[in-house]
Amino acid sequence: MFRSHILVCGGTGCTSGNSMKVYDALVDRIRKEGLENEVHVTKTGCFGLCALGPIMIVYPEGAFYSQVKVEDVDEIINEHIIKGRIVTRLLYKETVGEDGGIKALNDTNFYKKQHRVALRNCGVINPEKIEEYIAYDGYEALGKVLTEMTPQDVIDVISKSGLRGRGGAGFPTGRKWQFAKNSPGNKKYVCCNADEGDPGAFMDRSILEGDPHAVIEAMAIAAYAIGADQGYIYVRAEYPIAVQRLTIAIRQAREYGLLGKNIFNSGFNFDLDIRLGAGAFVCGEETALMTSIEGHRGEPRPRPPFPAVKGLFGKPTILNNVETYANVPQIILKGADWFASMGTEKSRGTKVFALGGKIHNTGLVEIPMGTTMREIIYDIGGGCPNGKKFKAAQTGGPSGGCIPAHLIDTPIDYDNLIAIGSMMGSGGLIVMDEDNCMVDIAKFFLEFTVDESCGKCTACRIGTKRLYEMLCKVTDGTATMEDLDKMEELCHYIKENSLCGLGQTAPNPVLSTLHYFRDEYEAHVRDKRCPAGVCKKLLRYQIVADKCKGCTLCARNCPVGAISGTVKEPHVIDASKCIKCGVCMEKCKFGAIIKA
Amino acid sequence: MAKKIDVPFNGTKEQEERLKRELAALRKEHGGKGLMIASLQKAQEIYGYLPAPVQQMIADELGVSLAEVYGVATFYAQFSLYPKGQYKIGVCLGTACYVKGSGDVYKKICDTLKIEGGQCTDDLKFSLDATRCIGCCGLAPVMTVNDDVYGKVTPDEIEGILAKYN
Repeated sequence: MFRSHILVCGGTGCTSGNSMKVYDALVDRIRKEGLENEVHVTKTGCFGLCALGPIMIVYPEGAFYSQVKVEDVDEIINEHIIKGRIVTRLLYKETVGEDGGIKALNDTNFYKKQHRVALRNCGVINPEKIEEYIAYDGYEALGKVLTEMTPQDVIDVISKSGLRGRGGAGFPTGRKWQFAKNSPGNKKYVCCNADEGDPGAFMDRSILEGDPHAVIEAMAIAAYAIGADQGYIYVRAEYPIAVQRLTIAIRQAREYGLLGKNIFNSGFNFDLDIRLGAGAFVCGEETALMTSIEGHRGEPRPRPPFPAVKGLFGKPTILNNVETYANVPQIILKGADWFASMGTEKSRGTKVFALGGKIHNTGLVEIPMGTTMREIIYDIGGGCPNGKKFKAAQTGGPSGGCIPAHLIDTPIDYDNLIAIGSMMGSGGLIVMDEDNCMVDIAKFFLEFTVDESCGKCTACRIGTKRLYEMLCKVTDGTATMEDLDKMEELCHYIKENSLCGLGQTAPNPVLSTLHYFRDEYEAHVRDKRCPAGVCKKLLRYQIVADKCKGCTLCARNCPVGAISGTVKEPHVIDASKCIKCGVCMEKCKFGAIIKA
Repeated sequence: MAKKIDVPFNGTKEQEERLKRELAALRKEHGGKGLMIASLQKAQEIYGYLPAPVQQMIADELGVSLAEVYGVATFYAQFSLYPKGQYKIGVCLGTACYVKGSGDVYKKICDTLKIEGGQCTDDLKFSLDATRCIGCCGLAPVMTVNDDVYGKVTPDEIEGILAKYN
């Protein structure tokens, strides 16, 4: 028995902050002290609170240490592990109670409103040990399915639970499985979409890194339900840690007989392979992903035939997203009613969001559907840093839209988000404050879709490019009011004439910002002004005469000689020469240069 | 478009043999289906990039046309037809990093090295790419140099960071 457990986060966020060096240092010190049999150090998946990484928790006290550096390791060992005195200065402030004692993590604002289903094992178990997953009811659902349920029973439970696809469109999972089960054929496939491409979304990666067996188990359950014997996980090559942990997990599952032939002596065979994506956003689209697994350019195919009828290698196939799968074993174990009791009428269960951008607590949160944006951003996320005003939240990545501040009380579910011009997408939630220009954000997403359009449909290939050019005109201050109307028309044209989800949703960032922030577009067009002070071409740098000491530093650094003035006298900027590089403002020690 | 750099292809016999070996292993593992992307990934691992002679080798091995190999190689962001620098710089232009100013960081690197994204400096020392979200949004804005990750980067720090590799 160990008297103490130290859990160190081994997710990508914390690893980038050197958590593995902290881990090594801990293991090293514990060995030197001869405490290997008393203190156990484990690598876990993501705790979710990435903003405070590297993170570790020491049990039994439940001390949650944040931003731990290698230099802190000696103090943690000397004080906490050897002498039993908690290192207060490293504790996450929210966990320090009024009496100075430790508050449970689940009572902190960040975790209080969360309900972890898909992320339930992340940050709890060691993802590289199948035994730890099994100890937390792992593979029990698969056992139940294979020994007590018929394939139709499984589909009925999933249908009744109301689970919808977590990858974006929200198609009912049970119905998808039913279609594939009903398709005739003796060879069928089960695929997992782990090609998480939305910029700013990283929940799938965290699940694969923190709880890979949950996905493997769910895929085996899906395979049994539809009658498949082979599965593929299509994962981004840019996720090295996820790929490595999946590889380990698959090997362990095979060793335990949980993948392979005659699983649980039921006569059911299923095996799983990894396919590495090579970086193409369009491969998140189901038919494109299958074309890519087949080894071709990842171009989407027309539907019908739907993949459930004719998918991978021409055989009936189901494709679900990582987060969708992560819910499945729990639904089987706890029942459809349990799952359906969470969330809203048409969106059951919970959803993981990746909070990012201008927000205090960046990280992963899992909340019941129907939680309002306000609760996520203020109660859980802690609001915008530096006292800035919240302006908009972007959901759904390049396919979604911006939700303005006045809709912050909207309960989040699939249908509400669509109604306000955005979409769930995979769950990226990027917070923007008053310093972000909405036209610039729309342009950013369009640049992304121009780059990622596969080129098959003209409307998407050329349309997004033209739309991007029009946005450039707006941010350059050369657009006319007529251009804004043309943009809107082009948006609808692209949506209606593209084959796949990429093109059909690519104009959403433009449409939603045009709808909610039209005044900002008009300011760019009519007044040649960027209200947020982001668009370079519309900026005018000015020197505030009262603050300028005449130190000449700006004039000496200006690359084009646009600043003139005599020593100890206020300087001026010649707007006709200024190239708006911002060097003067960076160099000024007195804050005398402003963007107007 | 990436800047074309006139580097003659100097693959070795050993590399070619290793490629053939790896492709044979892949064929076995994949059951002969859907080999192309994995083959190109292996080839890029061996050669660092995918020049025409390497694409030809793959075409020959898989029994497909060079055009098909080229089509796939140019479709995916992971593949490069040109050599990369000794130090590969990546700047995350994912949304979370972008709203926190990674665009300025990217521009600063372009200005400092006098290259654009996808290009390589003339001495083959540095190459720069805009990356998609690398998933450590808590550290935004993020840049990477080979395997080193730099978080919360500001444009002022760029010269200091690059100097470490000079």
